[in-house]
Amino acid sequence: MSNELLEIVLLSLRVSGVALLISSLTGIPVGAFLGLRRFTGRRLLVALMYTGMGFPPVVIGLFVYLLLSNSNPLSRLDLPFLPALFTPEAMILAQSIIAFPLVAGFSMAAVMAVDPQVRLQVRSLGATERQTVLAILSEARLGVLVSVIAGFGGIISEVGAVMLVGGNIAGRTRVLTTAIVLETRKGNFEMALALGFVLLGLAFIANLVMLRLQGRSIEE
Amino acid sequence: MNTPVYRIRQLLKAYNGRRVLQIEHLDIQRGEAFAIVGPSGAGKSTLLRLLNFLELPTAGKIYFEATEFSATQEVPVEIRRRVTTVFQRPMLLNRSVWANVHYGLGLRGQHNATERTLAALEKVGLDSLKHQPARTLSGGEAQRVALARAMVLEPDVLLLDEPTANLDPYNISLIEKTVQGLNHEHNTSLVFVTHNIFQARRLAQRVALLLDGQIIEVASVEDFFENPRDPRTAAFVNGETVY
Ligand SMILES: Nc1ncnc2c1ncn2[C@@H]1O[C@H](COP(=O)(O)OP(=O)(O)OP(=O)(O)O)[C@@H](O)[C@H]1O
Ligand SMILES: [Mg+2]
Repeated sequence: MSNELLEIVLLSLRVSGVALLISSLTGIPVGAFLGLRRFTGRRLLVALMYTGMGFPPVVIGLFVYLLLSNSNPLSRLDLPFLPALFTPEAMILAQSIIAFPLVAGFSMAAVMAVDPQVRLQVRSLGATERQTVLAILSEARLGVLVSVIAGFGGIISEVGAVMLVGGNIAGRTRVLTTAIVLETRKGNFEMALALGFVLLGLAFIANLVMLRLQGRSIEE
Repeated sequence: MNTPVYRIRQLLKAYNGRRVLQIEHLDIQRGEAFAIVGPSGAGKSTLLRLLNFLELPTAGKIYFEATEFSATQEVPVEIRRRVTTVFQRPMLLNRSVWANVHYGLGLRGQHNATERTLAALEKVGLDSLKHQPARTLSGGEAQRVALARAMVLEPDVLLLDEPTANLDPYNISLIEKTVQGLNHEHNTSLVFVTHNIFQARRLAQRVALLLDGQIIEVASVEDFFENPRDPRTAAFVNGETVY
């Protein structure tokens, strides 16, 4: 039993961890870009991103499901970067999409909160365009970290999307949230509670870190 | 002293169609200390941003030695790195004092310039604070760190935008002496904006009065204060001496 639980916890962490890595590597640069550049269409992109931040994850799960399912003409093309349904990779894809607007949106806000004079100052000291962006991200580092943790919180506790695209297959795609649903349905409340506490613990640690960082960035 | 470091020609800067700066002709010589005075909103900071190539002119040109800077012609980064600004607010990065002073050297790939960094901090008397987080410094200390951070780069031109506003006499004199040392010993060209007429007299060789984005008078420091040609200069000098 505890072996099974460990497997579930590890898979949850792997899926959400990889998804978080992907959404951070894409979301932080996009957030920085939206925060620092003025261009036509920016407002539309920002509005889309805000919508994404509040988008029901289960609907994203549905979209990913349709994208990966056989009924989709795309799937017949056998695109190498599209994973098969009911695999951890499918869950990673869905979670990456869910976390991306959270990371990008909070990063954008963090970057925009940096005094615009910093940009001039850094450029005046000889920074290239790239070095300027890095300096501003570094000034916004606590806010950027908060964005990553917000992304993690958004996906580790998510159930609908991973259920749809992962299928909750024992030993393959069963993660904490889907296992809790299943064990509760089966009447295995002890197991469901144990899983629930692990999930709570993970979410709590993530939130604790976030609160601490937010507090510090306010003090600073 | 007779080679211009800057040659400004038909320079125009406008924001949203509003003309903020218009200078037909102005040369700033290599190694000179050049003061810009004028009322609030005259365009002094705007001129410094243009001299540091931080914003593009709307029209006209600034030549930095042989390099042209205009609306369609950016300045390459190697040239841009020979000029730096100390702003009125020190704008330190949220790092240690040492990391702030070392920052510009790091941008230039000089990651091991420990001694230069330390020497610059010593010049402003703050080597003992090198490990302190910059955000915990007092106003005067912060401005001295900002000066050290600019000095360590050994710029050919140092631009200063009211560097001593809101500082106490001790910090003012320390900053003035340091800046003067750069000008005398390293032949660093200084262009500084000040509201303090006495400071302009102490530091500058030439002074320009900027009014509504236009240069009213440029003169040697003696002529500017003793024999101003333009009545507006005379009025400004008299009106502001109380400052
Ligand atoms: N980025 C900008 N966008 C629009 N207007 C600007 C911008 N920067 C400056 N201005 C305007 O240009 C004019 C000149 O501003 P500038 O900051 O150069 O004045 P200043 O002489 O430095 O004044 P002060 O002594 O108060 O610092 C002002 O009217 C200001 O509102
Ligand atoms: Mg100003």
